[in-house]
Amino acid sequence: MSPLLFLDILIGGLMMGGLYALIAVGLSLQYGVARVLNVSHGEFIMLGAFATYSLYMLFGINPLLSLVMTGPFIFFIGFLIHRTLFKRLRRLSQSLDAFEGSSLLASFGLLFIIQNVALLIWGPDVKGYSYLSKTVNIWGAVYAANRLVALLFAILIALIFYFFLMRTRTGKAIRAAAQDVTTAQLMGVNIHWVLGLCFGLGALMAGFAGSLTSMMFEITPLIGLPYTIIAIIAVVLGGLGNILGSLIGGLILGLIGNIVMYIHPGLSLIAYYIIFLLLLLIKPTGILGK
Amino acid sequence: MRILEGDGIIKNFGGLAAITNVNFYINQGEILGLIGPNGAGKTTLFNLMSGSLSLTSGVIRFKGENITGLKPHQICKRGMARTFQLVKLFGNMTVLENILLGSLFGTLTGIRQSNALEESLELLEFVGLSGMDGILAKDLTVANQKRLEVARALATKPELLLLDEFMAGLTPTEVSLAIGLIKKIRDKGITVFMIEHVMKAMMSVSDRIIVLHHGEKIAEGIPEEITTNPKVIEIYLGA
Amino acid sequence: MKRAISKKILYPVLLSFIFIIMVMMPPYVSPYTIILLNSIFMYIVLTVSWALFSGPTHYLSLASAAFFGIGIYVSAILGDKLPLLVVIGLGGLISFLLALLVGLSSLRLRGMYFTIFTFGLSELIRHSVQWWEVNRTGTVGRWVIAVDHTTVYYVMLAILLITLVVTYIIKHSKYGLALLSIGESEEAADHIGINVNAMKIITFAISTFFMGATGAIMATRWTYIDPSIAFNPLFSFMPVLMAIFGGIGHIFGQILGAGVLTLLADVLLTKFPYYYMLLYGMILVIVVLFLPKGLTGLKEEAKKWLKVD
Repeated sequence: MSPLLFLDILIGGLMMGGLYALIAVGLSLQYGVARVLNVSHGEFIMLGAFATYSLYMLFGINPLLSLVMTGPFIFFIGFLIHRTLFKRLRRLSQSLDAFEGSSLLASFGLLFIIQNVALLIWGPDVKGYSYLSKTVNIWGAVYAANRLVALLFAILIALIFYFFLMRTRTGKAIRAAAQDVTTAQLMGVNIHWVLGLCFGLGALMAGFAGSLTSMMFEITPLIGLPYTIIAIIAVVLGGLGNILGSLIGGLILGLIGNIVMYIHPGLSLIAYYIIFLLLLLIKPTGILGK
Repeated sequence: MRILEGDGIIKNFGGLAAITNVNFYINQGEILGLIGPNGAGKTTLFNLMSGSLSLTSGVIRFKGENITGLKPHQICKRGMARTFQLVKLFGNMTVLENILLGSLFGTLTGIRQSNALEESLELLEFVGLSGMDGILAKDLTVANQKRLEVARALATKPELLLLDEFMAGLTPTEVSLAIGLIKKIRDKGITVFMIEHVMKAMMSVSDRIIVLHHGEKIAEGIPEEITTNPKVIEIYLGA
Repeated sequence: MKRAISKKILYPVLLSFIFIIMVMMPPYVSPYTIILLNSIFMYIVLTVSWALFSGPTHYLSLASAAFFGIGIYVSAILGDKLPLLVVIGLGGLISFLLALLVGLSSLRLRGMYFTIFTFGLSELIRHSVQWWEVNRTGTVGRWVIAVDHTTVYYVMLAILLITLVVTYIIKHSKYGLALLSIGESEEAADHIGINVNAMKIITFAISTFFMGATGAIMATRWTYIDPSIAFNPLFSFMPVLMAIFGGIGHIFGQILGAGVLTLLADVLLTKFPYYYMLLYGMILVIVVLFLPKGLTGLKEEAKKWLKVD
């Protein structure tokens, strides 16, 4: 294999991987801290995509700029959903296992609701817009500018979030809660606020990923679930509850997906599932798991 | 007869040596105590005996038969039952149902439902829980939960009963009652192997005691020998 | 206040009566009703068999679609070569065997891990069959030999009856009690002589037998099937929702949940096809929040209220 082809596969893989890493981190915040395996995660991606799409088509707003607008909105929706639904569910559940089960079911309900609402608003047809679709030449390989920009932004968001997590007080509270909710509470962390914050941040990541996705791909209200599945696999791959792990998991999946695509297109998803199942059978705690 | 024998028991968890070359035996009909500081490996030893954990090396013989590597349910059916340090009851099931399950599944030969019911009610009385058959296990007091766990273990018709910190968390009165129950069990012909921290109780009821420290057996003998053994005194009082 | 007739006599008589009505019904009702009843029977079997294992043990399986789909494909592939009843039996048998395999391999998985494993497995099967059809056989989907609705009705009724009888027997035997204990504390159950692994695997496999058999007969109503129909994840989610909605702890609750929600889906699909998912989602959220014990739980709550008076 020529080094150029190898580089091509690598960069292409990292581009998707960057996106996957973003949504994986989002889900990891929701599961690792708030203990909600949110199967409607992908629907927030879809909402972000359509929000950016609508802002562009209706008001001509630059998709990258729209991140600033759609972000807080989606964060707020996520935060609200946690406060009203999952917080109450946590109170009602007899055990953590019971809560994980019932919150899983509740998030299925959310999936149906959000998807249906999106279908009602935007209809089932494929939609898309053109933004930065010119191609850029790097070392002989050709990439769409929007993908490069999306990757750049994904990295930027991840860096900002990393800084937030490591350097700010709130970030420390989140990391504490991710390790042990009870102890964090004893240490004075306002846990319910942190749980809601994490859930909202998870939705925010999804929203951002969705906005970036809309720049690169065509969208329909049904794009959510495949992304959710990739996020779940990435989170398990990196180790349930480990935020950094899910980022790495997302990158790995992006790379593997691209490699598989070169060997035989259409097998990527199957490859993901096989990795997923083998992982669960052999080392369910994942790469960085305890 | 030696009802239980452990030869060269070794258990490693990755790089951690939890149990190192422990040899011990229990005579049929006696009460053998197992003591040692926290982390000495007492519960680990129980887990190895009951089949919860697999041995790294060594042999366990029960009633002369090599039971190394058998699963817990197989060992139970052969006549060894246990209780747990943290009570593991079927919380959302009734007291009677908890005991009934032990009776229905705990033996090699089958049993009719009506007989199982009769036996379970008798055991209820034996441990002092008469009249509580309809109460959910999770609604019992801690002391009663421990009695229930013993009753459930007894329902499997064991010849050897492993008690893991049966008296932990009990008031002095409850401890006396617990001692009484253990003696009643011994009088029924059941051998008892018990882990305990409540020293007074241990000394008054055990025939012999073995002492574990950092996974090794450092002393063995009758209670008087143990209480005067300098090594034992040191590990409990030394920093 | 003593009942005039004891429960032990009343219930079997009532049930036999209902069964006889069901058997006599087809000539007197419209084809539409028969088709609807077939759907209801199908979902009752899926829900009750799902709950047989997942109910007491709390191992939430999301693989029902896989076993149901296998039954469908057995019917599609062998439907024109073998008699109908053999095909149905095979659908159940192959599901059973696959379930044994799945159970043996996923033994150590607990809680959420087990659930996502079963979901991943089901999806893997769906995508694999799809890939196979696209890349190897060239055609996606198959035609199924059609069977008239009334025959489907009687077969489904028979499967339903067998499923209910088997489930009832297991539930009220010592094995039913043992399954509950596994859900409470697996380690304790193991230590009182219950072969936990064997019991989990066998019960899981038995439950999938009925799913596979149901798939084999219901395939005939679609005439054309492809992987997205046969292995549709909805067949995994719906039984869970229906069991929780009706009351997962009792067979009656499971039947009620499946019946009510299937009827509701039918009404919604005909009257509000664009809002069907939305309403379903809302029901799911409401049930999880306010009805953790399902409809039968409501009955218990009502009883408590009345007794207090």
